[in-house]
This record gives sequence, structure tokens and C-alpha cells, in this order.
Amino acid sequence: MSSPARESILSNIRAALGRPAEPDPTDDAGAAEPARSPVAPVIPAIAHGTHAELVARFITNAEAAAATVSRCAPGDVGDAVAQYLAGIGLPLRAMVPPDPRLDGLDRDSRFTLDRRAAPTADDTVGIAHALAGIAETGTILMASGPASPATLNVLPETHIVVLRASDIVGGLEDGWSRLRHAHPDGLPRTVHMITGPSRTGDIEQTLQLGAHGPRQLHVVLVDDGADGQGA
Amino acid sequence: MHVTSREFGSNARAAVADANLRQSLATMKTGFRARRAEAVAALPEFEALRDAGKAIKDHTLTHLDHYLERFEAKVTESGGHVHWAGDAEAACRTVIGICRAHGARLVTKGKSMVTEEIGLNAALEKNDIDSVETDLGEYIIQLRKEQPSHIIAPAIHVRKAEVADLFREHHLEFDAGRPLDEPRALLDEARTVLRERFLSADVGITGANMLVAETGSAVIVTNEGNADLTQLLPRVHVVVASIDKVVPALDDAATILRLLARSATGQVMSTYTTLATGPRRADDADGPEHFHVVLVDNGRSRLLGSPFQDVLRCIRCAACINHCPIYGAVGGHAYGSVYPGPIGSVLTPALSSVEEAGSLPNASTLCGRCEAVCPMKIPLPRMLRQWREEEVDRNLTPESARQALGLWAFAARRPAVYRFGTAMAGRLLRLMAGRRGRVRRLPFAGAWTRVRDLPAPEPGGSFMSRYKSGKEQ
Ligand code: SF4
Repeated sequence: MSSPARESILSNIRAALGRPAEPDPTDDAGAAEPARSPVAPVIPAIAHGTHAELVARFITNAEAAAATVSRCAPGDVGDAVAQYLAGIGLPLRAMVPPDPRLDGLDRDSRFTLDRRAAPTADDTVGIAHALAGIAETGTILMASGPASPATLNVLPETHIVVLRASDIVGGLEDGWSRLRHAHPDGLPRTVHMITGPSRTGDIEQTLQLGAHGPRQLHVVLVDDGADGQGA
Repeated sequence: MHVTSREFGSNARAAVADANLRQSLATMKTGFRARRAEAVAALPEFEALRDAGKAIKDHTLTHLDHYLERFEAKVTESGGHVHWAGDAEAACRTVIGICRAHGARLVTKGKSMVTEEIGLNAALEKNDIDSVETDLGEYIIQLRKEQPSHIIAPAIHVRKAEVADLFREHHLEFDAGRPLDEPRALLDEARTVLRERFLSADVGITGANMLVAETGSAVIVTNEGNADLTQLLPRVHVVVASIDKVVPALDDAATILRLLARSATGQVMSTYTTLATGPRRADDADGPEHFHVVLVDNGRSRLLGSPFQDVLRCIRCAACINHCPIYGAVGGHAYGSVYPGPIGSVLTPALSSVEEAGSLPNASTLCGRCEAVCPMKIPLPRMLRQWREEEVDRNLTPESARQALGLWAFAARRPAVYRFGTAMAGRLLRLMAGRRGRVRRLPFAGAWTRVRDLPAPEPGGSFMSRYKSGKEQ
């Protein structure tokens, strides 16, 4: 889109940088279509390790950010969710998007599931499936799509996320790789990187959980056998 | 930008006399500063990350036209629209135009410093568009009709009892006798009130911590999740971001994310780091139908190639503010600008004018702590000195200050003399302070020390000498 404001901002920038008014085709940054800056990434040691170490670090960091984590075998997701909800005194009722990875819950007669494309403001518990977990920071990576509504990550008071242990990666860059791999044609509309439940320190710098987003974030970590994790 | 910085002197005197404010500011030491120190100590690569962060931004700034165009192309490709605004007025006009086109009556807003800078709320109000700030701190100061006093904790100057009074005055739908003594009760009430706004807003406006040229994404970082509800529930998401927010690629964003939360709040990651790319896709379950990005220059392109270019690396983490002894004493409002503290003292004259910003560049002891903690290694003291020189050159300072600064400038250009001088001054201040550790009166700074005691420099030499001997962090 061309506009006078656009042209004047760009030409001011070029003039200030001492470059010709028209973009220079031999500009090194322009020529090679760089995917990133030429600066070598600094990936901290905490982003590296064996898969078992990364899983353990993911749990430590997620818990440090006030998330809770329970581990289960692939067939036991229903049990893990039921146990968590009962533990915080909630009925076994949840909004679940049409994500086939969560179909197992349908066969669990203990649950009342509201299977809808997207949550409403009345849904107090939402269950979603993560794209990946990032060990470096204890972050879950959620990608929006037809079966994974982005509002589910922020509307319900209780956010339950199913994460396969084999989807736990080391650092932020590894998270981006997962994302590029799962979405080769460009990013989905909303990518959420979530580290613990929502919080604020805006009243006298006292940390309180449950600001506008979820009051609690629970990760059901499914040991799906990658790197010898027991299944 | 609405600037009243010329009144810094009188603002500061009033601030220092304000007991409530002093209590609020005291929490910064145990809060932000201690937590940052812990987070930095826990990451051995932090120094290397600072160098990388600086290099990424320096590279981007020297190719800024290129990366902005790439970003624009990617946003367009993903179905969004990019608008360019040369100044504050044009930026507000653009946002209002978008709101009008969608028939918007109610707008929700995520916390955004650039929208404070351009005065967007006032402009929306003038055009009969209701705009509700949704970050708790911003919501509080919006009800109080104030400017933010801190760039990441906008209501840091407000005590909890004042918030309770404010809520009683504005939230008339609740029982008048409800208890509001606990922060939890205040938060829950704000959550209830704002939830309703989120659900009924027509347009959601957020800032962006970064714009990624590789993907055309706006990276929006919050702890509350308010920016997510703001951008996801209404039909239209408008991102207002200044041109210096662009980074080449996601991998570059990763480096900067490692610096941002640690420097700001001492978190490893903020709770929500959200990449917004275009409007909702045809088969998406939710999300906004329209996506607009307003790129704001407002004086920034002028800084490229100038002695102030480095300030464009700023990621608005507030570390320099949290560690500034002057900010710690007078708070944010005394600066009379939406950007307080060291970053504000450098940025305000750059975005308005040296004349308007008045004495801001003098609101510093040049102690060097700001530069030492800045994740992007911005030479804030050097730039403050530069502004002082410009101010003096234009004869904007009182005579006594000019003489003192002349001497100081002489020393500053000669590092050995300067180091000797500051060491002497440090010793002198400690002597003057005596056992109480407070300095009562400082030559050349009569107006300043008349109202407050200056903390004597900590023993162990000036920052420079401690830095040299490797004792500092
Ligand atoms: S100048 Fe540096 S320390 Fe201050 S807000 Fe900007 S990046 Fe943070």
C-alpha cells in the first residue's frame, strides 16, 4: 500500500542513513532475503540437554511460573483431568474444542463435555492440546486453528492443557522450528506462548494470580514414549 | 506528546513531599530490582545476550527501511493492512478512521506506551468513541485521569486504599458496603467490570513489543492476558507500534525475549507472549476479522544517524527507571512526560524538543546505573550529557548551571579528569553526609537539595571505579 506518509517516512529513513532515496538492490540485507539478522543466536545452556532432562526442566520451570503439572500414560488423560478437577473442587465438566487429539475424553463417561468450536464467557473450564512445550522457560506453545480456538487460552478461569512429552523442546528457537514445521505456509493467526496462569502486580506490587486470564493453568503431560519415556 | 517537563523542579519538590508516593516507590527495591538481580544472576549467558540484542537492533536500524517494507509485505500477505503515520496527529486520525469504518462505539485497549505518547485516548474521546484501558494499572490511572507514572507499572504511585475509593466512586453497580481492603477483592472487581467490556467492544487496540519482519507478526507481551482478550474478542484488532519495534526474524525475537522479562520484572518469561499474524483465517474458530497495523514515526526517523540513534534500541523494559535514584525519589509524574526516568529524559527531548523537555536531561546524577542495567546497552548517561550540551548551547539553562556544566563538560571530555573528579565528589559527598548518610546541601543544586536529602554515594567508589575493579555484578 503506497501513501504519501509511507513514502516520506521511508525516504526520511534512507536520508538519515545516508542511503539513496530508492532502495539499493545490492543492499546486503535486501539481496539475500535473510531469514534472520546476521547476529549469531545466544542459546542458553538451559535450552540444551537429553530429552529426559528437558522434560524435567520444563516441569520445574512451569511450576516456578505457578502452573501445575501432572504426568500420565497416553490412555490415562481422562483420569489425570478428573483427578485435577476433583482436587480443586470442580465438577467434571469442561469446554473442549473439536480437536481430534482430545477425542479420548468423549469416551470417558465421567465427564460432561461441551464440545464447541470456541468457548463463551460462561465456560469456566477449558481443555486444549498444546503444539509444544519449551523447557528453557516452562512455556506451552498454542497455535490457533479450526480445532484450537485462541480464546480458549484466555477466557476460562481454569485452563487445562494436554502436552505430549515428545513435544517438549529445548529453547525458544526450537519452539519456532516446531511452529514452522507444523505451519509451513506461514504462522497461524494467533500463537500463544503461555508461562503460568495470568497475573498482575499492579496493586502495590503484590503478585496476584488470575488477572484477566485463567486463575489456574494445569498441564497434563502425556508420557508418549519418546526417548524412552515410559508409556 | 503532551509534555510539562519544564516544571520538573516544582513537580519534583511536590513529589518529594508526598508521603504516599514515597511509600509506593520504596517497593521498587524489594520488587523489581531484587527480582531482576536474581533472574540475571541465574542466567550465565545474560551478558552475551545483551551484546546479541544490541547487535540485532543495530543491524535492524541500519536497514530499517528494508525491514519495515518486509514486515509490511508479510502483513499484507496474511490479509492485514499496514498504515503509516508520520506524527501523533496522523496516527490518531488513522486509528479513528479505522474505528469509524467499523462503526465502533466501544474500544478496549491493551497497555501501550506509544498510544500514550500520541494521546490516543483523548483523540478517541473527542470523536465520541469510548475507550477502556484493560491493563489493571492503566485502568486505574484512566479512572484517575492521570498519565502513567511508570512504563510497565503505570499505577505504581497509587496506594490500595486509593484504588478502593476510586472503585467505589466509579463502580456504582456494586453494593456500597462491599469490603475492598484486600488487593484480591480489588482485582476481582476489576476483572468482573472489564470482562463485560471485553465482550462488548467493537475494536481492540494494542501496542506491540516487537514486529517480526520474517512473518508479519506483532509480538505482544503481557502478564494479565488483557491484551489477548483485547485483540481476540472484538471484530477488529488494531496494533499501534512505532517504527523502531521491527526485528528481522523470530530467532531475533527469541534473543530479545530472553532479555525483556528478566530486565523488567525478573520473570524468565512474561505470562503471555502472543504472536498476532493477520486476521482470523477462513476456517478459524475465533479471532478478529480485521487486522490493522499503524506504524508510527513521530520523530524517530530523525534520530537515525544522529547521536541519539542508540535510544531506538530501547525495548521499554523499565530497568533503567527501576534503578534510577532520581526516579526513586520523585516518581514518574514529576517528569511531566509519559516516558519518565532515564529513558524518558533522553527520549522526551528527542520526540518533542529540548525547549519543551526543559530540565529533564538534568534530572539525573549521571551515576551510570541505568546504562549498567540496560539490556540493550543504551548509553543513557552519554546521551543525557549530549542533551545538556545542546541545552547549554542554546542558552536554555540558568547561569549557575551553565558554569557548573561548563566545568563538568571540560572534565567529562577528559576521562581521567572526570574519574578523578567523580571520585573526589563522591568522597566529598560522603564527608558532607556525615553519619546520617544523607547530603543536606549540594553546591549548584540548591533548588534540588533544599527539598530533599541526597543519598550519599555508597562506599566503594563511583560506579565506574567499582565497575573497573569488577565488583559490580
Ligand atoms: S533504556 Fe534500556 S533499561 Fe531503559 S527501558 Fe529502554 S531498554 Fe530498558
